[in-house]
Amino acid sequence: MVTGLLTILSIPSSFGASAAVGLSQTDISPPIQTTTETAMANAEEHKPPARAWHEIVLQTLKSNDIRLVPYVPDRVLTTLIKNIHADPFFTAFPTAREEEAVGIVSGAWMGGKRGAVLMQTSGFATLPNVLASLALPYQIPLIMFVSERGTLGEFNYGQSLVCRTMRPVLDSLAIEHHTMTRLDEMEFIVDRSIKQAIATQAPVALILSPLLTGGKVFTA
Amino acid sequence: MNNVPTAPTRNTKVMNRFDLTKRLVARLKNEEAVIGGIGNTNFDLWTAGHRPQNFYMLGSMGLAFPIALGAALAQPARRIFAIEGDGSLLMQLGCLTTIAALAPKNLTMIVMDNGMYQITGAQPTPAAAVSDIVAIAAGCGLGQSTWAADEDDFERLIDDALVSGGPTFIAVRIDDKPGAGTTDRDPVQIRQRFMLGLGVRKQI
Repeated sequence: MVTGLLTILSIPSSFGASAAVGLSQTDISPPIQTTTETAMANAEEHKPPARAWHEIVLQTLKSNDIRLVPYVPDRVLTTLIKNIHADPFFTAFPTAREEEAVGIVSGAWMGGKRGAVLMQTSGFATLPNVLASLALPYQIPLIMFVSERGTLGEFNYGQSLVCRTMRPVLDSLAIEHHTMTRLDEMEFIVDRSIKQAIATQAPVALILSPLLTGGKVFTA
Repeated sequence: MNNVPTAPTRNTKVMNRFDLTKRLVARLKNEEAVIGGIGNTNFDLWTAGHRPQNFYMLGSMGLAFPIALGAALAQPARRIFAIEGDGSLLMQLGCLTTIAALAPKNLTMIVMDNGMYQITGAQPTPAAAVSDIVAIAAGCGLGQSTWAADEDDFERLIDDALVSGGPTFIAVRIDDKPGAGTTDRDPVQIRQRFMLGLGVRKQI
């Protein structure tokens, strides 16, 4: 965990992989010996490349044994959904509505299989009833990833309005939620939040900000 | 049921939910899970005699089949049943397409169709006079979708479902009687007992 964090700490999300410089111990050693420099160069070559946000999500789901991923798609989630489908570790499929996906992962949890739901802001807005009548009272560790529309360059008025309901709904039900804006914090937030949800048998919403994902861009 | 003159002629007997629920439970010999939808469907499941593998919904109308689908995906070796009302299913018709696409062989859906919201005052559903739930299910891609003609036919369909190689959908026409009892409304206890019943948790 700590090593993984160090690797990505110095990579701002707006920089390319070429700007990646790790904070490994060799970096602060005196660069006086050729052999050391060679070793450092080799270490640089073998350092894993900077991971995109969706790669961090996928790998953190895996490391927490979360295998079932029902979703209602969103443009920003496209690559994540494609990669989860391509990985036989996961059982991924679309549902017709977000609350249906919540029912599915709740049933799976009670049957011993962990899941997470992927959705968009407007989809989250359909969930208050199922949160208040299933996930919370039955103490289900419902893990939600919400791609955030409606802010930071939204072009659809309806999206911008429904977005304003998301955090008040989460707060009114006292549901843990985090808005992820930075690549360097992401693995920590996702990993710790999943573990806390399971340990405390409580839902959590992980909101993917346009600051992290780039969002959906208005091109007209 | 309903007296709307445009209602199609039915050749299915009008049965009773509690009687059918008892008949279902009596045929379950291998710790099959049963998810009871909100209101009367889970009240009758409870009153038929609690089983550790029963789950009772206290809200989230329409999610009996999705919850059962999740359990079916988690435990493919166990047969999973879900009992849902027709009004509840109308809330979440899209789930039939999800189930048809995934085609879990261990999932059986039972719809108790009285054409009304009995528990709120017996108001008719929008589907009551015009829609055929089995035709909807078949149209969603659930090939094994059937009306039970009478009690014997219902028991035969349950027996078939217990050995089916794909998801099965059974609809029954029922009368307007309320549930035969009331489930103990303790959601944490319901969930914990269900997880014990499915072998996910161990008794301490």
